[in-house]
Amino acid sequence: MPDTAELEARLAALQAEVGPLATLGEKDLEAAEVRLLGRKQGALTEILKQLPGLPPEGKRAIGAEANRVKQALEAAVAARREALVAEARAAEARAQDRTMPGRDRWTGAVHPTTAVMEEIVGIFNGLGFARATGPEVETEWFNFRALNFPADHPAMDMHDTLYLDLPERRRGDDRRANRSSGVGDHERRGVPDRRVRPEGRYLMRTHTSPVQVRVLLHNPPPVRVVIPGWVYRKDTFDASHAPVFAQIEGLAVDEGISFVDLKATLAHFARAFFGSKTAVRFRPSFFPFTEPSAEMDVSCGVCGGSGCPACKGSGWMEILGAGMVHPHVLANCGVDPERYTGFAFGMGPQRIAMNRHGIHDIRLFYEGDMRFLGQFAGGVTP
Amino acid sequence: MNVSRRWLEGFLRRDLDTADTARRLVMLGAGVDAVEALNPGLDRIVVGYVESVRPHPNADRLRLCLVHDGAEGMRNVVCGAPNVTAGKKYPFARIGVTIPGGITLERRKIRGESSEGMLCSARELGLGQDHDGILELDTDAAPGTPLLEVLPVSDDRFVLDVTPNRPDLLGHKGVARELAASLGVPYRLPEIPGATGSGLASLRRVHEVTTQVDGVTVGTEDVAGCARFTGVVVRGVKVGPSPAWLARRLEAVGARSINNVVDATNWVMLELNHPMHAYDLAKVRGHTVVARRARAGEKVTTLDGVERTLTADMTVIADWGGAVGVGGVMGAANTEVSEATTDLLLECAWFEPARIRRTRRALGLSTDASYRFERGVDLWGLAEAQRRCVELILATAGGQVTDAVDVWPEPTNPPRIFLRVPRVAQVLGAELSVAQIEKYLVALGCTVLNKPDDSRLAVDVPGWRPDLVEEIDLIEELARLHGYDTFPIDLRPFRVGQVTESALDQAITRVRAGMVGQGLYEANSLPLGPAEGEDAVKLLNPLSAEEAYLRQSVLAGLVRAVEVNWSRQVRDVRLFEVGTVFRNAAEGGRPGEASHLAAVLTGARAPAHWTTGGKGDDFDMWDLESLFRAAVALANPSAKVQVDAAGWLALSPEGRKVGHARRLELALPAWAAPVFGLELEVAGAVPSPVRYQPLPSTPAAWRDVNLLLGPATTAEAVITAMRAAGGELLEGVGVQSEFRSEALGAERRAVQFRLTFRAPDRTVRDEEVDDLMGRILGAVEQSLDAKLRTS
Ligand SMILES: [Zn+2]
Repeated sequence: MPDTAELEARLAALQAEVGPLATLGEKDLEAAEVRLLGRKQGALTEILKQLPGLPPEGKRAIGAEANRVKQALEAAVAARREALVAEARAAEARAQDRTMPGRDRWTGAVHPTTAVMEEIVGIFNGLGFARATGPEVETEWFNFRALNFPADHPAMDMHDTLYLDLPERRRGDDRRANRSSGVGDHERRGVPDRRVRPEGRYLMRTHTSPVQVRVLLHNPPPVRVVIPGWVYRKDTFDASHAPVFAQIEGLAVDEGISFVDLKATLAHFARAFFGSKTAVRFRPSFFPFTEPSAEMDVSCGVCGGSGCPACKGSGWMEILGAGMVHPHVLANCGVDPERYTGFAFGMGPQRIAMNRHGIHDIRLFYEGDMRFLGQFAGGVTP
Repeated sequence: MNVSRRWLEGFLRRDLDTADTARRLVMLGAGVDAVEALNPGLDRIVVGYVESVRPHPNADRLRLCLVHDGAEGMRNVVCGAPNVTAGKKYPFARIGVTIPGGITLERRKIRGESSEGMLCSARELGLGQDHDGILELDTDAAPGTPLLEVLPVSDDRFVLDVTPNRPDLLGHKGVARELAASLGVPYRLPEIPGATGSGLASLRRVHEVTTQVDGVTVGTEDVAGCARFTGVVVRGVKVGPSPAWLARRLEAVGARSINNVVDATNWVMLELNHPMHAYDLAKVRGHTVVARRARAGEKVTTLDGVERTLTADMTVIADWGGAVGVGGVMGAANTEVSEATTDLLLECAWFEPARIRRTRRALGLSTDASYRFERGVDLWGLAEAQRRCVELILATAGGQVTDAVDVWPEPTNPPRIFLRVPRVAQVLGAELSVAQIEKYLVALGCTVLNKPDDSRLAVDVPGWRPDLVEEIDLIEELARLHGYDTFPIDLRPFRVGQVTESALDQAITRVRAGMVGQGLYEANSLPLGPAEGEDAVKLLNPLSAEEAYLRQSVLAGLVRAVEVNWSRQVRDVRLFEVGTVFRNAAEGGRPGEASHLAAVLTGARAPAHWTTGGKGDDFDMWDLESLFRAAVALANPSAKVQVDAAGWLALSPEGRKVGHARRLELALPAWAAPVFGLELEVAGAVPSPVRYQPLPSTPAAWRDVNLLLGPATTAEAVITAMRAAGGELLEGVGVQSEFRSEALGAERRAVQFRLTFRAPDRTVRDEEVDDLMGRILGAVEQSLDAKLRTS
């Protein structure tokens, strides 16, 4: 027959064990937990085993007391355990040099030229311009004649051209100009192209403008496209010239499009790309395929317009060429120039990237030097 | 084109602010590449009066001068110039003054005699090449007067970038006309010092192809190449140095002064954009100077001393003995004006622009004259140019005009253009009143006839604007003079077009993002290089032999980039590129173009870290395999990856090879790691969207099995056999490890597979899985050279 008083004394002894738990080490705490709270032979379990033999009032009193002591022991063990972990972390921290380098991972990055191009395309997407592309091999007709370049004219001097060692273009060759989007040949779309064009020699396109022609030939207005791509010039590779470089072109043709729309669209682009405080100015210029022609300058991002070496003291940075699509170009593409008007623009994303990042040699863009490209990765550089 | 501010001021009869002028020119469309202050550093030079000159006691060639410079007393100056004369005035630089050459004068002793300043030559002041002596000043100004008040030589030079459509801006008159329009002031030709006004009144108009001018036959037998030929004979000239004002003005725009006659022709070119030529009549053979077609193979020695062979589609100027010049390009040495010349024939003609362009390209001879004729000079302005040239020659070289003719076999008028007023608003988006339109056009030199009935204007354009040929050209002029900046920039509603982005362009964007996600940097390499295959596309006029073909693979450029990195001690290279490749079509015609993705991997798989001793594994074939599969899924999702001898292939559903991945055999530096590369066609296919698979709601069971595989047994074959035998409960099979050892034999290996079992609707039972495992193993062992490894 269990003795209630004895059980009470044993419980009191257990209660006295609560305090010392707070000083135990990891191993002693483990042992103490087993000794006190162990499910099979723990001290508390031994007491509880006696309960069934007690009178009802003793059973209630001892049961309640045992429960209270159990909770106190458990809480003390948990608290001590937590304190031990915290102590261990603190000790670890004291032992560690947290200025040692962390463990990096390789991160990827698009080319800085791509980043600029995609940003520009994105802004024009928002203005309703869809991306269009076209072949890099072109004919004289698409690259020059359709765009109103007169033969034997000094305007040709601006486009030193790489020609292909091939016979002149035959009709029907366009069937293979399959890199185009929305600009495939007439035959493929089931529209017979009856126009007999003196296509002329094959060449590497000197600008992305022939894609304008391809888009207009195959899509009735309204047309709004933005045209990124690579273009070729017979230029010696030096710090500011590359024989192959990136260009982005845009074209909008519809009824009622005017010079005001040109200015408004490009000024909006400038503020979106260079910042909302950017000032723009438009100067007259000359391109055979636009009239009126303009160049757009933006306020210098380095000095804000007060003049600095980056802008050669002028406060302005030349960013793009633009103009109203020349009526001859529209007519050459089968669009009625009396009914429709439009504007076009073009810019060099590499020059913009060079300005943006302070790069002074365009050749860096073509070397594939990991240390250069890594600077645009926002992550680890080798 | 170099433009002098003072020259413009002469036209506009007013002083111009340099910065304001540059700004106006820019906003009118004449790019100003640079503004250069000329003869800076002269503002502290003064007029010095030489009181006396005596020999230097210790040097034969030096003299001692006493100079009065306006300040108290006299300066002792040692001077080496032979022409220093007592009682005359010269530019004087005091002690402490820096002369344009950069020398700052100090008090010093020259051969024992002290010198307190310097009397300057024109060359020392940057005013010319003459250094025979000091610059004598013909002036009444008192000693000490600033030199610039006596000699107005300070100027500003605007270096203009003139677009090819604006030949009128290649003469000062054209630039002055633009400024006059911008400032709202009149302009006219500057006065020539010493001009008498009794020059050339008119030229005799002749409609035949040739005629006589004072006994010389002149004209044009090639009307297509030379439409109009004016000739003036001036006799009794005295050829000599040009007066200072003329020489300085030419120097201000970067032209060299030669003699008064040649300088007069150059002046007219720079002022009126009319290249002219002066012949020494005494050297002209057979009293004939006529424009005609060159004979094929005809030779002429041009003024630069080079003998040139001509072709039959060039225009020459010829005398009785042969060519005396390539028309519109360069004169010949044989009739050049010299100091001995007394009688001149002045030629001012008009040459056809396209002909001039072809000629100067064929001869490789670009001159100031060809540059202007190629862009178009004023066919109707030849007489004015002759009058100006004669005025200059009479004022500077004397002589008398004896005859003047204007041979113009087929005279024409400048074009008339009809301008519809509503069309102006349609293109520009802003209304201009008829009065505004007229004002702008008149400022350009147009004559405007108003036709109010049909709101059309008839506009006669001036000859100096060959770029104005149709309505849109006038509209551009209106926008230009109205000011591009005056048009508003309000965005208006627009209609979106029907063009949508192509599947290929969308794929390229996806591929880029995917490769960046793989931790690679994007590269751009030049798509030019040596021939890579039989069907490489060849350039006709390449920059160099090494860049004579269009690329056929993108990987080749990335391999070059790896080598660049190695040459810079960079060992870890992970690059990709999406670019165009080209190949000649078997049937000829347009070469084929395709977009390719390429990637290279070499070096550390992860950045080195100190916790592993700075060491880590390098990329190997298995990194390539995984990258290739990812690339195929992104760029060419319908292609199947297959093993081949060198690595892996991607095959299209039709069985065409569309990509490959392999270890690249390069000459590695000793410290470099193996290089792995892949190249893959990007297909313009829209991938079908991912279909969601319901997540399992029941637990899975796993079994590992270690198999000893024979030499011909592949992991793929084992997995295929397991799947076939495993049925629906076998959810997946993975490879856990591979083990090889001598004990196993060279050709055998142990591979551990992990099989996952799951039933979609219940918990799989252990006995059921064990039973299935038995059947799977049986099937594998029976069909393949594979055995359960029990040890
Ligand atoms: Zn700046």
